[in-house]
Amino acid sequence: MLLIRCPVCAMDRPELEFRHAGQAHVARPADPGAVDDAAWAAYLYLRDNPKGVVAERWRHVHGCGRFFNALRHTVSDRILATYPAGASRPEVAP
Amino acid sequence: MTAFRLPSGGRIDRGRTLRFRFDGRSYTGYPGDTLASALLANGVHLMGRSFKYHRPRGPVSAGAEEPNALVAVGAGARHTPNLRATQVELYDGLSATSQNRWPSLAFDAGAAGGLLAPLLGAGFYYKTFMAPGGAWHRLYEPAIRRAAGLGTVPGGPDPDTYTQRYAHCDVLVVGAGPAGLAAALAASANGARVFLVDEQAECGGGLLAEPEALIEGKAAAAWLAEALAALAARPGVTILPRTTAFGCFAQNFVGLAERLTDHLAAPLPGLARERLWKLRAGRVVLATGAIERPLVFAANDRPGIMLAGAARGYLARWAVKPGTRAVLAVADDSGYAAARDLARAGVAIAAIAELRPHVACETFGLPVRPATAVVGSIGRLRVAAADLRPIGGDSVGGGGVERVPCDLLLMAGGWTPSLHLFSQARGKPVFDAARAMYLPGEHRPGEAPDGLASAGACRGVFGLAACLEDGYAAGEARGGPATGRRFAVSGDLPPAGGFEGLVPGSPARKAFVDFQNDVQAADITQAVREGFRSIEHVKRYTTTGMATDQGKTSNINALAIAAGALGRPMPAVGLTTFRMPYTPVTFGSFAGHARGELFEPVRRTPMHAWAQARGAVFEDVGQWQRAHHFPAPGEAAADAVARECRAVRQRAGLFDASTLGKIEVVGPDAAAFLDRLYTNSWARLAPGRCRYGLMLNEAGFVMDDGVVGRLAADRFHVTTTSSGAAAVLHHMEDYLQTEFSDLRCWLTSVTEQWAVIAVQGPRARAIVAPLVEGVDLAAFAHMSVAECRVAGFPARLFRVSFTGELGFEINVPAGHGQAVWEAVWAQGKAHGLEPYGTEAMHVLRAEKGYIVVGQDTDGTVTPDDLGLSWAIGKAKPDFVGRRSLTRPDMLAEGRMQLVGLLTDAASAPLEEGAQITAAPPRTGMAAIGHVTSAYRSATLGRPIALALLADGRARIGQTVHIPMPGGSLAATVAGPVFHDPEGARLDG
Ligand SMILES: [Zn+2]
Repeated sequence: MLLIRCPVCAMDRPELEFRHAGQAHVARPADPGAVDDAAWAAYLYLRDNPKGVVAERWRHVHGCGRFFNALRHTVSDRILATYPAGASRPEVAP
Repeated sequence: MTAFRLPSGGRIDRGRTLRFRFDGRSYTGYPGDTLASALLANGVHLMGRSFKYHRPRGPVSAGAEEPNALVAVGAGARHTPNLRATQVELYDGLSATSQNRWPSLAFDAGAAGGLLAPLLGAGFYYKTFMAPGGAWHRLYEPAIRRAAGLGTVPGGPDPDTYTQRYAHCDVLVVGAGPAGLAAALAASANGARVFLVDEQAECGGGLLAEPEALIEGKAAAAWLAEALAALAARPGVTILPRTTAFGCFAQNFVGLAERLTDHLAAPLPGLARERLWKLRAGRVVLATGAIERPLVFAANDRPGIMLAGAARGYLARWAVKPGTRAVLAVADDSGYAAARDLARAGVAIAAIAELRPHVACETFGLPVRPATAVVGSIGRLRVAAADLRPIGGDSVGGGGVERVPCDLLLMAGGWTPSLHLFSQARGKPVFDAARAMYLPGEHRPGEAPDGLASAGACRGVFGLAACLEDGYAAGEARGGPATGRRFAVSGDLPPAGGFEGLVPGSPARKAFVDFQNDVQAADITQAVREGFRSIEHVKRYTTTGMATDQGKTSNINALAIAAGALGRPMPAVGLTTFRMPYTPVTFGSFAGHARGELFEPVRRTPMHAWAQARGAVFEDVGQWQRAHHFPAPGEAAADAVARECRAVRQRAGLFDASTLGKIEVVGPDAAAFLDRLYTNSWARLAPGRCRYGLMLNEAGFVMDDGVVGRLAADRFHVTTTSSGAAAVLHHMEDYLQTEFSDLRCWLTSVTEQWAVIAVQGPRARAIVAPLVEGVDLAAFAHMSVAECRVAGFPARLFRVSFTGELGFEINVPAGHGQAVWEAVWAQGKAHGLEPYGTEAMHVLRAEKGYIVVGQDTDGTVTPDDLGLSWAIGKAKPDFVGRRSLTRPDMLAEGRMQLVGLLTDAASAPLEEGAQITAAPPRTGMAAIGHVTSAYRSATLGRPIALALLADGRARIGQTVHIPMPGGSLAATVAGPVFHDPEGARLDG
């Protein structure tokens, strides 16, 4: 079970308190009506699947309830950083 | 005194004799014995039959790695199969049975003719049963099931209790051998919280079988006792024997299985049998030791053939002579320690066949034959002789075979470091070519297990002094100065050497690599001949390493044989993955208290007791228990549902709708927020009014629906489906926190705060009116909401209908739910009010064509598919899911659309989920839809169904066909509203 640092609570808490919520930094287009079908399909369905560091969304659903972002290495499962939703992706050593 | 027990010594309590039974025969042993040691003391080596070939087998080891001596202990519900006799602690009255034999262990019918043996070679799963058709079910499977397999399942539900515990510590040390003890001593020196765990009943590991060694001038056993006493005296130290670290996960999260009562003859009632620890450690020191490797030669599996270190253990720990005349097959120096200890205990050493041409270590004047291999054995239920053959200078088998009589044949093939936990923690093993062993490797930055270190034999450090020093250094606090603590040791004989693969000069047939799965060297070379290259494939094809022991004694030999057959170096063949658990863990441990009534939380509504007292039949809806119907005494379920439906249509019904999800949306931007989350428009909904809301996901598919009431300009009472409440709140929070974070509003789940009492039917107003204060019900239109008092309690009164009848939903604080319910019930008696359950609710709503999200939808259905385009706020520029509704596939022809189906009035209701075809169904025909809801309608006197049908609305009036048990039924496609399509009844 992962230990995840909630950036809002500023505490390391067990994975049981959290819910994964998909890839981070996939912004909803400001004017969806202006987006063509292919780009909209990509927004809906196309996600990265790297061997390495991913930015993903988590929610401290059984804690403060807030969504936040995390950088996780898909090989080691290590969470390298967590940061608030809306903040830009931090630089971390891979 | 049993025949093979030494007169003195051992770590057993000779003051008390224990009686036990094995396969019905009575034996005696002592406290401190394992089942295996006690049986060996009685001269019993034959403890099991092998998996495929039913060959007689005895213990090859003295520990957790045991592949052969698998037994069942206990009877009835406490029957526990597949226990390793080498780990079963003896208690008075223990009763064990051997497994996988018929009719008896000594005479096994399956082994007699080796009837199935030709069928069971490498890949037999894939080859033997390919043809002829049907033979698998008729012939092979029954035969194999009888012949192969392990123990039998217990005879009833597990009567024991299991407990679980979370814990934290600064340092976890796994393994209480010399390295682990030293690590724990170092780690706890300054008061740190240290857990020291060991799978055995007694801590000490290899120190328990070192009769000659001196540590700092003390006998190993004395040093061990002092070390344990010193640790126990430190307040931060927790020592857990009988505790297996079975899984090592990310960030030093370790699963520990502690066995609490299995060693007791009469445990206190109520004591948990096992405790599962979920331990989070600041750092972990793995001191898991090494496992001795058998040598692979023909007939290396007879009872009486065991590992040299195991024989040493039986002598030193349990004072058991495992035989009287021994031959040793040695490729590692540690074999000579075994030979020395056996000779001193009075076991005749007939010969030591040393695989290596020269021996560098002391040999104690024993009869050593260098460059000699054991290439076979004879014997029936016990080894009777070993076949020795000198290894020729220029060719394999360059000399004659000499048969040396013995009743004990020991194998010293070298030691395999135990990397299981290191590998589970995603450590990368690296191959040490010089010593032919995998060791814990270094890590790339960012991928290293945090604060996880290996010490001692599990990282290839052998010898007592080296292990103690390595362990001490690993245990010392990080960041502090290393003390470089030294330990003075004499009298031990560290492992050095080793051999892997098939012994030179031995046939590959009947040369067993994996004892538990009966895999021979010949199976592995055959797999390579048949084209398998990766060890992961060889493993699955031959099943080597796939038994419950996970190949603890076999993996390196299997790798070496595969590598040799491929002509490639061992690391090029790969290493199979280590998986948790290290040794099997009971399901009971994982389940803990989560069984029976505690398996999952149960949610009951405030009116549950009333329904129970009325004799309601309940159904589980998610975690909720809901009244399904209220049968009168002796009334059939279908009759009760029909009666409840008629009551609602003709007079009035009372329904507990408390499970509806409820979310309060509050704030100046609450309407704007709902505008973006629901398809409907909310800005112009006046306070005091309600609207049916439809929620889509971003892909445009219906995810939930429910009535939303506006209580004030900045306050909405949102209802959701019972099962969707948590998902809807999560979805709302997601958009509010991330995409629409500029909106000022707040979401609160109030599902549990409100009891919901639905009164539905033409008499509903007459029943409710006398109880309501503060609302003029005559002017209270359909789809209204008001805050008022009902039966004296504060309430939110909705006028809504999920039945098509005049209806009210009274929301009152949950604590008052029962009181208000009873007040309505009392008021309704004169009007013929009847309670109704979820089944009548479903029938009534289906008669009206009202959908249930998740039943009539499946995540691929759009508002238009459901005929709900009217619920879309056309003027809104955007809402979640809107853009997706104009994707090409959403507008294409052939989409599944909601329709009604009418079968013959006398027919049985269709089956929900049944497929629909355009013509009478026959093989190969494509379905054009499926039935989503189907009931018998008492109101209409016929069965009705809802369905999703390709281009359904265009097919209205056409005939379709539904295959049902007993033949297909024809149905006429209709609109989804079967009753009162004008909605005239909503006003009573
Ligand atoms: Zn938090």
